[in-house]
Amino acid sequence: MNVPADLMYGRTHEWAREEGDVVVVGISHYAQDQLGEVVYVELPEVGIGANAAEELGTLESVKAVSEFNSPVGGEVVEVNERLEDEPNLVNEDPYGEGWLVKISGSTAGEDLLDAEGYAAMIEEESA
Amino acid sequence: MRRRAIRDELLIFERNPDRVRRQGFQLPPLDVPAIEPGSVLPETSLRDEVADYPDITEMEVVQHFHRLSQLNYAVDEGLYPLGSCTMKYNPRLNEQTARLVGLAAAHPLQPVEQVQGSLRLIWELEQALAAITGMAGVTLQPAAGAHGELAGILMIRKALEARGDARDEVLVPDSAHGTNPATATFAGYNAIEVASGPDGTVDMGALDRLMTDRVAGIMLTVPNTLGVFEHRIVEISKLVHDRGGLIYMDGANLNAFAGRALPGLMGADAMHINLHKTFSTPHGGGGPGAGPVVVSEALVPHLPVPRVVKDGESFSLVEDDAASIGAMRGFYGNFLILVRALTYIWSLGADGLREMSDVAVLYANLIRHRLAGTYNLPYDSPTLHEVVFDDTRQTAYDVHNTDIAKRLLDYGFHPPTMSFPLIVHGALMIEPAESVSPDEIDIFCDAMLAIAKEAEENPELVRSAPHDTPVSRVDEVRAARKLKVRWTANHGPSEQD
Amino acid sequence: MHPWIGAGEEDRRRILAELGLSSIDELFSSIPAEVCVERVALDDGRDETAVRNELISMAHANLSPECVPSFLGAGVYRHVQPSVVDAVLSRAEFFTSYTPYQPEISQGTLQVIFEFQTLMCQLTGMEVANASLYDGATGLVEAVLFAHRLKRGKIDRVVLAETVHPMYRRVLSTYADPAGLEVVVVPPGDDGRISAEAVRDAAGDNRSCCVAIQSPNFLGIVEDLPAVAAAAHETGALAVQVIAETVSLGLLAGGGAHDYDVVCGEAQSFGLAPGFGGPHLGFFTCHEKNIRQMPGRLAGETLDDNGQRAFCLTLSTREQHIRRAKATSNICTNQGLMALAATIWLEAIGGHGLRDVATASLSRAEELKRRIAELGGGWKLAYPSSPTFNEFLLTGPGTGDELARRLAEEGVLAGVAGHRWGGSWPDGLLVAVTERNTAAEMEAFLDALGRVS
Repeated sequence: MNVPADLMYGRTHEWAREEGDVVVVGISHYAQDQLGEVVYVELPEVGIGANAAEELGTLESVKAVSEFNSPVGGEVVEVNERLEDEPNLVNEDPYGEGWLVKISGSTAGEDLLDAEGYAAMIEEESA
Repeated sequence: MRRRAIRDELLIFERNPDRVRRQGFQLPPLDVPAIEPGSVLPETSLRDEVADYPDITEMEVVQHFHRLSQLNYAVDEGLYPLGSCTMKYNPRLNEQTARLVGLAAAHPLQPVEQVQGSLRLIWELEQALAAITGMAGVTLQPAAGAHGELAGILMIRKALEARGDARDEVLVPDSAHGTNPATATFAGYNAIEVASGPDGTVDMGALDRLMTDRVAGIMLTVPNTLGVFEHRIVEISKLVHDRGGLIYMDGANLNAFAGRALPGLMGADAMHINLHKTFSTPHGGGGPGAGPVVVSEALVPHLPVPRVVKDGESFSLVEDDAASIGAMRGFYGNFLILVRALTYIWSLGADGLREMSDVAVLYANLIRHRLAGTYNLPYDSPTLHEVVFDDTRQTAYDVHNTDIAKRLLDYGFHPPTMSFPLIVHGALMIEPAESVSPDEIDIFCDAMLAIAKEAEENPELVRSAPHDTPVSRVDEVRAARKLKVRWTANHGPSEQD
Repeated sequence: MHPWIGAGEEDRRRILAELGLSSIDELFSSIPAEVCVERVALDDGRDETAVRNELISMAHANLSPECVPSFLGAGVYRHVQPSVVDAVLSRAEFFTSYTPYQPEISQGTLQVIFEFQTLMCQLTGMEVANASLYDGATGLVEAVLFAHRLKRGKIDRVVLAETVHPMYRRVLSTYADPAGLEVVVVPPGDDGRISAEAVRDAAGDNRSCCVAIQSPNFLGIVEDLPAVAAAAHETGALAVQVIAETVSLGLLAGGGAHDYDVVCGEAQSFGLAPGFGGPHLGFFTCHEKNIRQMPGRLAGETLDDNGQRAFCLTLSTREQHIRRAKATSNICTNQGLMALAATIWLEAIGGHGLRDVATASLSRAEELKRRIAELGGGWKLAYPSSPTFNEFLLTGPGTGDELARRLAEEGVLAGVAGHRWGGSWPDGLLVAVTERNTAAEMEAFLDALGRVS
């Protein structure tokens, strides 16, 4: 199971990694596997406010569309523009090049799971 | 064996690459002075010549489309067991009556005394559909099922507003077709999901909890998308009506009981009908259809305009009515589709319609009986005109419903519906309809059984299907990632990655 | 038994025996008796001849525009119908097939849609086109909803030229209401055209999501498309061109040449029977950058797993069967067979042929206008100095309604009452002229005018 230990996770399958005063956000390996091959990513505008557990954008595969939520509160400071031409990065490298957005703020105080907690959650979900 | 003779055909823009000008049609001679467009129209409004718009001969047109047609599977070729689509025979009599010049050439804006035939036809079909469903009023305007559904919900909305009781929620079973919640949302409602019970029918406990005075009504498909009849329908209707709501019925599955049961007795307030399903009008490769809506007394005042009214022996149109939801589209409906439906209904009659649903249900149950030992039935309840299996027995060999569907193409059949209903993962929704002969049903069942065997013994053969079609498995991911939705002049053959 | 029902009596007995049942009624036991009837309140079925005769008698109860000189337009036009169109359309592989969800055995249908999309782009000058919509009226509705979505649902006002087909406007209000949209109608000036100034005034500063104009408009007049688009964009609104007479694209530039964001409308003129109003053929085109907000079906090109070119439906995730409550629109279907008809017609007529059809329509209309001007006797063109394509508003001794009826009594279907849905223009007859109106028909028209004074 691909759940990096150094990340925090939202209950709707997003991961969060602190980098200085910014949080990098993406979707987990499990999530991209469920979704199928991503054909399009709809990202938020830079500068808009993000609220924890609220929708930020969508991920489209051939057969389904899925919203992704923000794991933390803050402001969207950067979005991964490569995804416009290479949405496949979400599938190929979900924790690295397939990152979605960067939000100013931190994971402290947010209702997130650690790697163990998230792994248990998806274990139960797929049972 | 059923194989295609023709494998591919160039795009019309790829033929005649030097754009040699040929003639495809001869116009009537121009017996008035030819006008130089720039002399009467502003220069800025004139167009440049259209590059790469071909000029070809009539024979080239015929051959191009003949070859294209050969790449298609169609109802006329064999069984098309698409669940919830009712792919029945499209009678040729319909095609004749729809081409009668008096009907086909009528202009919708001629004064009513000039089009009594067309107005009478609309009225006759309304009467017939009202009789078949036991309902009080009809509109033939909507162009498709989803369109009719929207009309039905808008009428419900208007009726509630008119009695000063506007509400903001609509209940939708989780097994419903995607158009249901989309329509409710469009009409300004919150679509609230109602869970199904263990047999796929509405969970009465859930309904009781959710049916509050905020709910405008419930959208039900009867029988539901698993082919199971909501046997507590009268109870459901009473509960909803007692609490001030209305019942919208999705009539996509009317083929299961037309001629035998009446939505009017089930408590329906609005039900759309798909003429291109139940009433044999052709699917046309994706339309045009028609989605008339039959309504209860409560909704009659809100029917769309214009409406046909009968006064003695003649017919006229009512264009305005403040209580109406308005017009859903231009003019009166897909009139030439209505012609076909009326032709069909008059040909079958009450006795024929009952036979139609009898055989539709008989065939579906025969298929269920033959395949139930081999394919898994997720719900055990009695089913009517369609049956839903899933692929759980075959996934043990890593063969999924998509693979089974593609392998069925090699056997010369169109696959069943797969992506739906959403509550069944790996679904295979089979609706045979009543038109084919029992032999065709036998051949189909044998093919399904053979594929199940292949899944066990030679799964790779099934996973790599289809092998015998004009194109092999199509890369739909690539189509969505590298969008190419028109031909352009620097359009080479698609590049490989 | 019935020829269209596959199982005869003996077949049914055998199947029931295999299922271990004694009667078909047992299969319906899940339907409560209280909702069932012995038979529905219809007559029994009839044979082909009887049914055909009934339909023929209804056809004969219509006065057909094929039988008398006809100049009816107002959104539905009588153009040439090459025999090849119906011949191809009658191929069962096209008309009895379903939506091409299984692309491997639907390449015929898909390739036709791809050609249709290409032709519509070529003619309108726009980048992408969908596989068609129900009709022109709902095409306008979809364009408005599209503009609303592109503004992220934040701007609810729509500016609509009064000279867009009034019937389209009525249909728009049916949808605008539940969507919470405000429609502001801009009347034409004395020349029957919409001015850029009027558009700017109505649109306000970033207060409207779109400006919609029809050209040629309901009065047949060619609008100043570039000026209106510029005015719309200045105010932050999208520019939408509606077309009701697509043969005009044989001579007139489509909105793509004038920076429009959407060109949409009705393509019935491309070989479809008037059919008393349907089925017709809505179309929708826009910029590629907005393709994900475009309603309706879309055919795309791709490869199969042998590397061969193939077509399939694409971007279905916008459609409601997948997005459910978040779908871009209520449209679940296209008018597949009608799009096929238009594609056949366009390919049979050809590029130069379309120009000839348009030129013939224009020339005949201009000739008729000239002869009417000579006639006098209470007949006048309402907008003699405004440029028209193949339709114009004619005033005479009576209301449009009265004139239509009196001229019909003289044996000519002379036009549609211009005030059928009201309007700020003079009351009169909308007269449409096409390549089908022979010199003899035009003489009959003028004679009839002469007798009605």
